[in-house]
Amino acid sequence: MKDTDIKRLLYTHLLCIFSIILSICIPSFFLENFSILETHLTWLCICSVFVTAVNLVLYLIVKPNASSKRSSISYKVTRFLKCCIYFLMSCFFFHVIFVLYGAPLIELVLETFLFAVILSTFTTVPCLCLLGPNIKAWLRVFSRNGVTSIWENSLQITTISSFIGTWLGAFPIPLDWERPWQVWPISCTLGATFGYVAGLVISPLWIYWNRKQLTYKNN
Amino acid sequence: MIPSNSASVASAALLGELLRRRRQMAMGRRQMAMGRGALGPLCPARAYLWCPCAGVAAALPGAVQGEPGSPRSCSHSVLLSPLSGRDPYPAARSLACQVPKPGCPGEGQAATRGSRAVGRVGPGEAQPPLDPASGLCCAGRMQKISVLLFLAWVSFLFYAGIALFTSGFLLTRLELTNHSSCHEPPGPGSLPWGSKGKPGACWMASRFSRLVLVLVDALRFDFAQPQPSHGPGEPPVSLPFLGKLNSLQRILEIQPHHARLYQSKADPPTTTMQRLKALTTGSLPTFIDAGSNFASYAIVEDNLIKQLTNAGRHVVFMGDDTWKDLFPGAFSQAFFFPSFNVRDLHTVDNGILEHLYPTMDGGEWDVLIAHFLGVDHCGHKYGPHHPEMAKKLSQMDQVIQGLVERLENDTLLVVIGDHGMTITGDHGGDSDLEISAALFLYSPKALFPRVPPKEPEIVPQISLVPTLALLLGLPIPFGNIGEVMAELFAEAEDSQPHSSALAQASALHLNAQQVSRFLHTYSAAAQNLQVKELHQLQNLFSKASADYQRLLQSPQGAEAALQTVITELQQFLRGVRAMCIESWARFSLGRMAGGAALLAAACFLCLLVSQWATYPGFHPLLLTPMACGLASTIVCAGLLATTGLKLDPVVLGAMAAVGSLLPFLWKAWAGWGSKRPLAALFPIPGPVLLFLLIRFAAFFSDSFVVAEARATPFLLGSLILLLVAQLHWEGKLLPPKLLTIPRLCFSASAGQPRHSGTHALGLGVGLLLCIRLAGLFHRCPEETPACHSSPWLSPLASMSFLLLHLLAAGIPITTPGPFTVPWQAVSAWALMATQTFYSLGHQPVFPAIHWHAAFVGFPEGHGSSTWLPALLVGANTFASHLLFAVGCPLLLLWPFLCESQGARKRWQPLGNEAEARVRPEEEEEPRMEMRLRDAPHHFNAALLQLGLKYLFVLGIQILACALAASILRRHLMVWKVFAPKFIFEAMGFIVSSVGLFLGIALVMRVDGAVSSWFRQLILAQQR
Repeated sequence: MKDTDIKRLLYTHLLCIFSIILSICIPSFFLENFSILETHLTWLCICSVFVTAVNLVLYLIVKPNASSKRSSISYKVTRFLKCCIYFLMSCFFFHVIFVLYGAPLIELVLETFLFAVILSTFTTVPCLCLLGPNIKAWLRVFSRNGVTSIWENSLQITTISSFIGTWLGAFPIPLDWERPWQVWPISCTLGATFGYVAGLVISPLWIYWNRKQLTYKNN
Repeated sequence: MIPSNSASVASAALLGELLRRRRQMAMGRRQMAMGRGALGPLCPARAYLWCPCAGVAAALPGAVQGEPGSPRSCSHSVLLSPLSGRDPYPAARSLACQVPKPGCPGEGQAATRGSRAVGRVGPGEAQPPLDPASGLCCAGRMQKISVLLFLAWVSFLFYAGIALFTSGFLLTRLELTNHSSCHEPPGPGSLPWGSKGKPGACWMASRFSRLVLVLVDALRFDFAQPQPSHGPGEPPVSLPFLGKLNSLQRILEIQPHHARLYQSKADPPTTTMQRLKALTTGSLPTFIDAGSNFASYAIVEDNLIKQLTNAGRHVVFMGDDTWKDLFPGAFSQAFFFPSFNVRDLHTVDNGILEHLYPTMDGGEWDVLIAHFLGVDHCGHKYGPHHPEMAKKLSQMDQVIQGLVERLENDTLLVVIGDHGMTITGDHGGDSDLEISAALFLYSPKALFPRVPPKEPEIVPQISLVPTLALLLGLPIPFGNIGEVMAELFAEAEDSQPHSSALAQASALHLNAQQVSRFLHTYSAAAQNLQVKELHQLQNLFSKASADYQRLLQSPQGAEAALQTVITELQQFLRGVRAMCIESWARFSLGRMAGGAALLAAACFLCLLVSQWATYPGFHPLLLTPMACGLASTIVCAGLLATTGLKLDPVVLGAMAAVGSLLPFLWKAWAGWGSKRPLAALFPIPGPVLLFLLIRFAAFFSDSFVVAEARATPFLLGSLILLLVAQLHWEGKLLPPKLLTIPRLCFSASAGQPRHSGTHALGLGVGLLLCIRLAGLFHRCPEETPACHSSPWLSPLASMSFLLLHLLAAGIPITTPGPFTVPWQAVSAWALMATQTFYSLGHQPVFPAIHWHAAFVGFPEGHGSSTWLPALLVGANTFASHLLFAVGCPLLLLWPFLCESQGARKRWQPLGNEAEARVRPEEEEEPRMEMRLRDAPHHFNAALLQLGLKYLFVLGIQILACALAASILRRHLMVWKVFAPKFIFEAMGFIVSSVGLFLGIALVMRVDGAVSSWFRQLILAQQR
């Protein structure tokens, strides 16, 4: 593993963070009354679009893993369609999980679903970019000793920290502070965002600190 | 990593005749597979759902004596160290493992499996060699008894802690339902003024026919205190709450004989509901007024409102809707406004103002009560030092001004604060700022003979009750212990000092008679008053009463004698009040701290011993604390007896607990402390520790206590998902082929049955689904506006229980550990008990108790018995605690029971056809829980460990409740949220511990019965 790799990782992550910041700043120029808390759903959509776009662009530019040899158009199209289906499925999956965790079943469906979308954006989209629509690879990455590169390692860290952030975001909901951000699902989406950003920051640092110990078995 | 095939150990437990004969039942190979499984992907996934650390525990070179090439040798899974993944004493373990034990046939050596006690089964402590059956039985029985005794002792420690804390925190008082009535004078002797011809008058002639009572919540005394007009050089008043009630000051200056300001001292707890009770009953309400109707907050004691209604007066109320709960249906007209939202400063006040003046002008009232909440809410929201407070107080000033202008001659105006507030605006405790409240009286006709003193007089708040009662010509409420404000009974117009003093004395005498009557009744019904003091007070009263009667007979008596009588009567009344405060209305911080410390120590003990539970020699360790406890009890009792103090069973129990706990801990520390690392003291794996910490912390937030019904399933679901994720992370959920890169795949991984992984996954998802569904059944806590109780609540409550019990049974299926139950399972079990409590439609508040349960099976009621209905309601409320506690041993047994289903499936894929051919019958008959019987020593130890772990998880809950209640005893919600939570949790703990004890005793009893049956079988065969 080279330091240049870590540097590239850091830059891509900084770009991802930048995309989130952009999603907060840019819309206020075009939309009136835009604020994260009041027009939360709008922000959710914009943020997920931005982050997805940046992830895709970075993937196309950086190409962290050696792309497959096959490059026919039809293969690419099916792959892309598969990715879309996977993304949708993960959205529904997260939605179900939220409901199982206690989210309202019938009311606030749109809010819950958009929350699922943004969480998918933070977790599934990087997975799809890096690993492709390949469940086996996903399962491998998220198990002990399963990672094979710093990219996968950072993917692991950002995904897990997004989940943890989401989970922690649920804790302020019952408190009687009566703040606007305590409304479902705002605290959770904010938690997910903070978790994602934290993961983006932490993973290059962590990899840098542990670069001596990290040996990836297949390279 | 050690190749798993060579991981076999030479030693094994001695097994008796029985086991030899029943060798066919054994399934040593499977055991071996399980034992080896700790090393890697061979491990059947299901076995490790609860045992994520086992994989880490892995290899202990010292413990393993390789016997390569002997695939059928005993394979002890001493490798399994499921508690912590650390092995604190490899040396001891390896020693034990190297000691060969005769007669180990290579299977059925469950004796040593999985239990870390292996290391301590030394050579000297071998099991009885000669007559194993009977020897085992005897030793086993001793051990069972000692295990049960130990559990009982630990429960006793908890009980002592709970009792000590409760005695310091929850002061109890018996509520009497007696009522004063007009026709019945409080004592012998004539009614000097009442019977003088006026038909409507009761004990005394009424002096006012109407009353306007303005209750300004949290009106601290200094809010109303007149500000000295500062000279030109002094800086003006800067604090926002000072000097805002100008109208009071003006009235006091202009009409000194018409008005008076007092500093009234409220008794803690200074919460509104308790204060309202005090202000109407004249008593000292404690949190639990024993005998009160838990189903509602309605006051059952005699009170002013009741007396007013009985006398046919029209009482109109407007304001805080707490009154609705306290006096249901008592008002002839009422305007209630919601009081819960402390951030809302204006709804209640504006609502009152809308109705106040029209009602007053309408004239359809005798008593008008207006309870303003704005000042209190402003205090909670902003604190007193905020401009908002100035605005609120100015508004109150206008209200008073407007009322004074509208008063008629026969009307008395009372402006009172029910309590004060701290500098942060909170209340509930007993600090000076909280208990000092303003009390302002005004009458359009002259009321006071003298001008007010410079410094306002200090009066107890409950003095208002007898004063108002007598002024309005009502009987004093039966339970009143307040003292009339004698000043108001001196007739201002009457210039004769003698008759004025006589009027005061007669009012005081009536009051004293009533208090004495109450004392008499109360001490006959309850024992919690000091006998000696009571006696002294009664003597004082009879003397004063006699003096008074003598004075009445000879009206020419000197004024000095009258003054003496007045002083005596006042002395009596104050003495009674002091005595009652002593026993009813004071937190005992020492007891609270002691109780909490005892609880914490008991928790620590559980944690400690659950780790060392497998230590063989419990008997001496157990006897020592018992003896010490007894000794300390005797010493303490002796000390108390010699010093002449009252013997308090609670204190004695606590002393016994401490006396037994200290030597045990000391001995344990001396015996083991030096030998092992401190880290081993905390065997709980990190995530579970985190969950327990979150649960612990959640008890300190009133929001989380209220939302516990939603928070518990959240935590439970998280725990389950975490376990599934962890399993996957460890690579035990899915076949390793999927997970490892082909090159790195362990050569030994002969493939793992996929179905067990998916089985675990399915179970996890099913559990989540069930928890979510069960959440539909919860009942809304009070005062949560945006919550709708489930409409299916009542009919389906029982069904939800069935559902949950089914899914709860699902948990232990995945439990692996033979002979030890991991912390995850125990925590999840305890969480599940809480979750079920809510899913059954309960809430930890008294009005939510299902009282109708008392009539199940007894539609006509129970007659005079109170035990049966209490038992029924208790069983209804704590059903989940009881069932989960009794079912706790299932956590230990279930994995063995499930072996039968899983065995075959697990067996086949191992692909060991040769073995299968050799011993086909072993597959047919899985031994299941018989394995537990093979090693009674470890079985008992495991039961003890399980019990202690469960007690620990419950213990930290009750500890958290106790700490929250004591630390937050000034909190606004302490009597509404924390105290009921503590009581419910304590009751739940007691029920759970009893259930646990019964469950374990039952399992032991069954075990013993099966043993004796086997013995008979063997004897029969030998013949």
